[in-house]
Amino acid sequence: MKADPKGVLTGNHFIDGDHAACEGALAAGCRFVAGYPITPSTEVVERFAQRIPLIGGMFIQMEDEIASSIAILGAAWGGKKVMTVTSGPGLSLMMEHIGYAAMTETPCVIVDVQRGGPSTGLPTLPAQADMTQVKWGSHGDYEIIALCPNSPQECFDLMIKAFNLAEQYRVPVFFMMDEVVGHMTERVVIPAADTIEIAERRWSKKPPGEYKAYEATSDMVPDMVKAGDGYRIHITGLTHDERGYPSMNPPTQKKLLGRLLGKIRDQREKLIDVREEHLDDAEVVVVSFGITSRVTGPAIEEARKRGVKVGHLRLVIAWPFPDTVIRKLAQRVKAFVVPELNMGQMVLEVERTVAGKARVVSVPHAGGTVHEPQEILERILEAAK
Amino acid sequence: MSDNCALKTPDHETEGTLQIENPVMPFLRQDRIPHIWCPGCGIGTTVNCFTRALEESGLDLDQVAIVSGIGCTGRTAGYLNLDSFHTTHGRPIPFATGLKLANPRLKVVVYSGDGDLTAIGGNHFMHAARRNMDVMIVCVNNFTYGMTGGQVAPTTPIGATQTTMPYGNFENSFNLPFLADACGAVYVARWTVFHVKQLARAMKEGLLKKGFVFIEAMAPCPTLYSRRNRLGDGVDQVKYFKENSVIRNGAETKEVGLSFQGEIVVGKFIDRERPTWLDSMNAHFSQHFGDKYQTYGGTNG
Repeated sequence: MKADPKGVLTGNHFIDGDHAACEGALAAGCRFVAGYPITPSTEVVERFAQRIPLIGGMFIQMEDEIASSIAILGAAWGGKKVMTVTSGPGLSLMMEHIGYAAMTETPCVIVDVQRGGPSTGLPTLPAQADMTQVKWGSHGDYEIIALCPNSPQECFDLMIKAFNLAEQYRVPVFFMMDEVVGHMTERVVIPAADTIEIAERRWSKKPPGEYKAYEATSDMVPDMVKAGDGYRIHITGLTHDERGYPSMNPPTQKKLLGRLLGKIRDQREKLIDVREEHLDDAEVVVVSFGITSRVTGPAIEEARKRGVKVGHLRLVIAWPFPDTVIRKLAQRVKAFVVPELNMGQMVLEVERTVAGKARVVSVPHAGGTVHEPQEILERILEAAK
Repeated sequence: MSDNCALKTPDHETEGTLQIENPVMPFLRQDRIPHIWCPGCGIGTTVNCFTRALEESGLDLDQVAIVSGIGCTGRTAGYLNLDSFHTTHGRPIPFATGLKLANPRLKVVVYSGDGDLTAIGGNHFMHAARRNMDVMIVCVNNFTYGMTGGQVAPTTPIGATQTTMPYGNFENSFNLPFLADACGAVYVARWTVFHVKQLARAMKEGLLKKGFVFIEAMAPCPTLYSRRNRLGDGVDQVKYFKENSVIRNGAETKEVGLSFQGEIVVGKFIDRERPTWLDSMNAHFSQHFGDKYQTYGGTNG
């Protein structure tokens, strides 16, 4: 299915990442946003509020992030493609509804323009310190998808992918920006609507009576209906059977969790999205994501000038973590260097995956600005020894 | 109560067995019965009234959605044969807001308890009323947190004992109709489960009213409120409702606060017109953008 031209602002633009993310959402078919102002994400919803009346859709500023994060889930069951936008403190408030969205398999996109934390932290300055929170922040076991754009152009391009994945897998999809990506202004090319591929909701073709809200299809993801179509669905955050009815016992719990996790874990190869550079001869691999990948570039160039065989693996999709890619590299490289704007989060996943087969060097940063390429270079040189 | 529970005249007899169909049954998910509510609990009576209201409203039931939070009353969504959503604790109102705005053709009913709607969900309650969001709220008030074992609620009257107020409650309680009125609700009523006819009628009026409708339905919780306060069983509590209720339609909501086993003012307190949030948005954008603006949600907003 192609994008609805009404939402696609085709042309060349000079806009920041927050604005580009909004345009990506509109192009992807997002027609319902509920949000609450929070720096440095607010521009996304400001633009949406400005653009949506004439496109045909809905923006509502809710009373808090808790309300925003569940209003979008109500709207998804009303038939819309939905998004909310926030930053650290707001994300923390939304956690219960991440679990509810995962449990009820409600497609949604949550944009997190990351800032320094914990708590109020650094409202106007960057960090990448919510990476593990989006994976494990809500209680219980569940799976999500997280994408990490590193430029305004990618804020547009990857946002379309984020919406498509939310529909395809029916999980919360996180769009992990940061203050720098959100506020940097660059050229953004928005293509013609008929070149943008959009995933439609997986509408069930079964009639009421035959339809079961949580009956798995071949890829374990159930097909969906919306309220008002005569299906008389029941949706609950309680452990439920295929009909969606509460059924609180160990066998149902096991079956349901198996499917909720399995629909992502069993298809994780399809969800690998990494960008590789100089990996062919690499002895050291820098694993980076988001804004840090752009600081890594100059460090790698300099290291290669000095004769170090270093490559770059950028995680475009950070969750699910690309285990197999890292594991394969771990067979032949000496070390991994992991710079990130936090005190060491994704490096834990690298360590887990590498499992001692190579050295793993963390390059943490407390946030507030980005790494100096020099800091990363030093750790590359050290790792190459 | 008796005629509300009346059974339909049997259409036929089979092998001498009387076939009786309770008129409520078609509105329930019969494959989910029996329900979890205790003997003497008032929630079921409110559900009975609600099904009457649904029937008499003439609404297309495919276009009615029910949203509940967490708690004993929160289970209501699971028993009604409608599009039904059992959401998170305190959040049925913002969920309903999203559902309604995404599909304005729906009549969206929030059916939940006093703790869910006015403690953890109090902020959402205020703002949905302020916006005049087009949702109908049924708040079953049993003065306690039943599901978790009888803790103090924002509705627990001073003097009542609860597990987290073991020496008696000393906190001031909410006067819910006053709260709803102050925040801008267009319809505010309070009835008890003794007043089944009036409650069903209020629910019917609510279903047909556009805007933020608030109906407080006082109900006994014999297991955790009455017993702990030595008030007898469910029937004793309904007797209290019967003997102490005064019908005062149009009463000033600030004067209808409740006290421990004191007088209960019931009635329809507020019935007024205000544009809904969606109507206001459409009117405002039409004025601002002129012909370029297409009314959101068609004429059913």
